[in-house]
Amino acid sequence: MIKAVLSDDLPRSPVLSLALLVILAVLALAPFLFGGAQAINTAAKVCVFIVLVASYDLLLGYTGIVSFAHTMFYGLGGYGVGLALYGWGATWGAALAGLAIALAAGIVLAFLIGLFSLRVRAIFFAMVTLAVASAFAILAAQLSELTGGEDGRSFSVPPLLRPGFTLLELPALGVTVTGRTLTYYMVFLSALVLFLAALRIVNSPFGRVLQAIRENDFRTEALGYRTVYYRTAANCLAAAMAVLAGALNALWLRYTGPDTTLSFAIMLDILLMVVIGGMGTMYGAVIGASLFIVAQNYLQKLMGTAAKAAQGVPLLPDLLHPDRWLLWLGVLFVLSVYFFPAGIVGRLRQRRT
Amino acid sequence: MADAPPIAAPEPVPLVRADYLPVLLVPALALAALPLIGSPTTWVTLTIAALAMGMMIFVISSGLTLVFGLMDVLNFGHGAFIAVGAYLAMSTLLPFAGWLQADSLALNLAALGLAVLAAMVGTGLLGWAFERVIIMPVYGQHLKQILITTGGLIVAEQLIHVLWGSDQKPMALPTALRGAVTIGPVAVEKFRLLAVGVGLLVLLAMLVVLNRTKLGLLIRAGVENGEMVEALGYRIRRLFVAVFVAGSALAGLGGTLWALYRETLTAGIGGEVIVLVFIVIIIGGLGSVGGCFLGSILVAQMANYTGYLAPKVALASNILLMVLVLMWRPQGLYPVAKR
Repeated sequence: MIKAVLSDDLPRSPVLSLALLVILAVLALAPFLFGGAQAINTAAKVCVFIVLVASYDLLLGYTGIVSFAHTMFYGLGGYGVGLALYGWGATWGAALAGLAIALAAGIVLAFLIGLFSLRVRAIFFAMVTLAVASAFAILAAQLSELTGGEDGRSFSVPPLLRPGFTLLELPALGVTVTGRTLTYYMVFLSALVLFLAALRIVNSPFGRVLQAIRENDFRTEALGYRTVYYRTAANCLAAAMAVLAGALNALWLRYTGPDTTLSFAIMLDILLMVVIGGMGTMYGAVIGASLFIVAQNYLQKLMGTAAKAAQGVPLLPDLLHPDRWLLWLGVLFVLSVYFFPAGIVGRLRQRRT
Repeated sequence: MADAPPIAAPEPVPLVRADYLPVLLVPALALAALPLIGSPTTWVTLTIAALAMGMMIFVISSGLTLVFGLMDVLNFGHGAFIAVGAYLAMSTLLPFAGWLQADSLALNLAALGLAVLAAMVGTGLLGWAFERVIIMPVYGQHLKQILITTGGLIVAEQLIHVLWGSDQKPMALPTALRGAVTIGPVAVEKFRLLAVGVGLLVLLAMLVVLNRTKLGLLIRAGVENGEMVEALGYRIRRLFVAVFVAGSALAGLGGTLWALYRETLTAGIGGEVIVLVFIVIIIGGLGSVGGCFLGSILVAQMANYTGYLAPKVALASNILLMVLVLMWRPQGLYPVAKR
């Protein structure tokens, strides 16, 4: 039965299976395991990013397309739900309407970009997506009457999901099930379903064709598969998943803004998570996202203390400064592309043979 | 063999028909903007600003397009060279603050010249290291190239934060280059004239090297058909490294000019202009210097005119321009590389 749920794509490595089970258990029981707000925020962020990075892996790892527009779809989802809840009242109807509009817009945009640039060169696609994403980010920041500009928009969620709403109290576990807990489980279950759906997509005949396109698109075209259509379809699917991830993120944070969704830094983070976790293996998204976000939240403190300890040495405090987090990640990223092209998951699977 | 008569062609080789249609786009766009802007003096100011900005973008993007045309390597880390060049120039100018503040054009230009030299040499060296360490191992693999050069960009930008700090640095214009010259009713900023001058010099130098020297001949031949050049016995690898270093040095020069144009400097300066650079090389056609020049001017015109008319959609209008040009000529205005 597990095989059916995982679409026959088993972890194939004992260490990986253990890691995935631990991550699943921690994420499933997070509201009961951790009391603090930061821990549960980290857990929710991990859930959202697992979906986002898995959708990017569909594009990069399985189809071999580098796109810099993924944060645009992420932002589209966030803004769609956020602006709908802001403008039309905090009801489920408004949220669903906003989500539907964002999904439609995202899929149409992905379709247009794909049809326009996937025909010509893969490199064109990367450049065009970079340009379009930058333009979108600037527009979102500029149209401040609509989107709240640089500050973004805070909004209320439907009453069921508000922190003030108490569903039941469990004094034995010392936990009150509030709207926040409900929101967390909504995010967690949606992330789980979306991840399993992505697993299903990549292990289907459609996914096989995508992998064939990645390996040798000329031959795939010669075999009779119109690569333009498959690539565009992959683009649209990945965009749709990113829009959903954005919507989940907006519902959790009850805020949407350009810095949390549209910045190029987030695009680089996704790229890092995918490559370090393992391109072309959906589980790489889980491992990469969990490692990255946990490390980002807790390792930066470690770097701060190390920087203070190295005060006297000439360049070392600047190199260890917690803001230079991205430097070390960039180095790790470059090394990963050279020496671990299959990422952590690939390494773990290799060890088994 | 020595006494065989030279073979004469039966008829002269047909000349390539010069394609001047894309050149007409520049005045066409300028004239189209005139009725929208209204006032002729504003229009002249904007057009000259567009020329200056176009020259700077051309200086930055010419290296990138030649590198891509020659060796099929798209360096997403080009933005790092722009930023490093600007920072090196800023650091070189620090001890020469006196020369900059003096009201003598000669001293100002001398100080700027030194700064530009330092920037170009520094970025040239960085480019050489970048090519050796980051790009060489992934020749031919486009996906890895994009990923690796993006990684290189991240690392380079963070190293700038480490070496120079994360705060915004002022980049003051030299005294003799501040302010504007009035030609009739139109005010033209002095620095913009310098930028146009530098850009034209670079264009001239490139045209001379590419069209009148053996090196240029090899580069042009390499862009058309690299394998054949290699088969004829030339080391195309060395050619590529040379072009890459030259492209990086030009990016450093462009970065210096851009930083002086904006009068402030942050580590993200490369990121500001790299999107425009990509749009320019797509419009111009990958591998073509002439196309790059035209593309830069068109993009700069679009940016300046929409910056005046509707600032919120400035970048989006450039993307629209790119879409329109690609619908007319899918390979760019002057496609060269047959890839």
